[in-house]
Amino acid sequence: MHKSLTLRSGGFSRRIDLATLWRLLVALVLTLLVMLGALSLGKVNLSPLKVLELLWHGGDDQLVFIVEQLRLPRLVLAALVGAALSISGLILQSIIRNPLASPDLLGITSGASAAAVIYLSFFSMLFGSQFLPLAAMLGAGLAALAIYLLAWQRGASPLRLVLIGVGVSALLMAVTTFTLVFSPLTTTLSAYVWLTGSVYGANWSEPRALAGCLLIIMPLLVLLARQVRVQQLDDALAQGIGVQVQWLRAALLLVSAALAGAAVAWGGAIAFVGLIAPHIAKRLVAPGFAGQAVMAALVGANVVMLADLIGRTLFLPLDLPAGIFVAVLGTPYFLYLLINQPH
Amino acid sequence: METQQLTLGYQRQVIIDALDLQLPAGKISVLIGSNGCGKSTLLKSLARLLKPQQGSVILNGMDIQRRSTAAVARELAILPQTPSAPEGITVRQLVALGRYPYQSWMQQWSADDEAMVERALRQTGVQDLVDRPVDDLSGGQRQRVWIAMTLAQDTDIVLLDEPTTYLDLAHQIEVLDLLRDLNRQEGKTIVMVLHDLNLACRYADHMVAVHQRTAFAQGRPADILTEALVKQVFDLNCRIIADPFFGTPLCIPFGRELPQ
Repeated sequence: MHKSLTLRSGGFSRRIDLATLWRLLVALVLTLLVMLGALSLGKVNLSPLKVLELLWHGGDDQLVFIVEQLRLPRLVLAALVGAALSISGLILQSIIRNPLASPDLLGITSGASAAAVIYLSFFSMLFGSQFLPLAAMLGAGLAALAIYLLAWQRGASPLRLVLIGVGVSALLMAVTTFTLVFSPLTTTLSAYVWLTGSVYGANWSEPRALAGCLLIIMPLLVLLARQVRVQQLDDALAQGIGVQVQWLRAALLLVSAALAGAAVAWGGAIAFVGLIAPHIAKRLVAPGFAGQAVMAALVGANVVMLADLIGRTLFLPLDLPAGIFVAVLGTPYFLYLLINQPH
Repeated sequence: METQQLTLGYQRQVIIDALDLQLPAGKISVLIGSNGCGKSTLLKSLARLLKPQQGSVILNGMDIQRRSTAAVARELAILPQTPSAPEGITVRQLVALGRYPYQSWMQQWSADDEAMVERALRQTGVQDLVDRPVDDLSGGQRQRVWIAMTLAQDTDIVLLDEPTTYLDLAHQIEVLDLLRDLNRQEGKTIVMVLHDLNLACRYADHMVAVHQRTAFAQGRPADILTEALVKQVFDLNCRIIADPFFGTPLCIPFGRELPQ
């Protein structure tokens, strides 16, 4: 039933699930089709063939500008943000051993939000908005660190991480609201757009910066991949088979916070992707972190790309933040998951 | 495997005090004692899951605390009480996790890994269930799968905390027979906590009664399991006779109503 391919050569060995590999290929093709669709649609509708022609051979300058400078960077940013948030959520759901864990629920996103809103309200006049991503990442990192330290009690247990995460998250949301109330009206609007999550007006510098961040985090993730599944065992079992549970849990939490922090730094506090995309991925491929992570990344990328496509095409001439439609698509699915939870 | 002046506890509460214990290699040892007497805590410390306050656990002549988690996991496997499996994991994947201490980033499915997993599946008789999710199995099947995981770990010593909890009598016997076969055929040292005194007496080569923070008695079941011991350790009146089939001690408990 489960066909798998075993690769062995010298000191290297891996087992690859063929069904997973096949499904990932299908998902990849679908993702490319979604990208092509998103590049075609907008204020100016083009045929997909025309888009391919513009990308390969160039053509009318104005159309090339629309596709390569307006739509493509925005699309790539949406894809990267969605992918990073989903992998972050997948890691958290494993180390917390709770299917409801996500960067939003655990205070990482709210840390970034509070920092971003404080920056927009008090510092953006002074320094401009180019340091906003840095502030958001710092906020995410500090929130994750605070949660980990507060949860520590002869080791950080998953349950304590959840409870403290929810508490810290509530506190930081209060800070965000408080700051918004007292901030000048001019910055409140941009703060709200950031809090909803938007890739509006992205130029190439943004996806490039986010890709740079992800390139730094990725090797760490690849190195730690085999540790994610054993984190799902009880602490005693995991330690019994030789896992250094606490150390690896801290390392994975760091990777997860870094991924979410980087994503929200450039995409804003897009909620729900980190929760629903890993769930969809887990239904599509068999357990095994590597396969599920790639699938989660593809699903997350598609969710944000589609949400942004809806936001910028369905309500023309309005251009609405992608975060709204992630929530619109995500909430019903989330409820469906809760209602159908087997246990 | 032995302990020297082992003292265990949480914060200021001492659970095991200066215990010297020898667990014979290649034998089945069973820990008995009343609820909360520290059997499980003792078993955890034997597997290096709990750091002693004082004293040490000696495994093959070395203090277990001075060895790495992975090195210990290649010599000793532990199955905690009522373990829970990751969501959706299949039997084969779970058993394969037992190979973790032999794997590295490069080496994640070696020929040895495959052979040991197949062998563990065969020994525990779960080879027909390999592609089933662990969540879907019955209690008895699941327990055999967990034992298969500890076997895949290919260790000389296997520790089990109440491996028969929540199983009906037939499945309890099935699990204990499996463990005895592994002990007799492969010479594995087995140390387990059991609650059923009669089954404990039948399967144990060596028995340790844990009481009052130490080993109240240790030795062959026939030598140590007496009416006085049961009265003191469990505060229970009983009569002990020889099992008519196996000859091991058979404990017939009675509460307040005394037999005629």
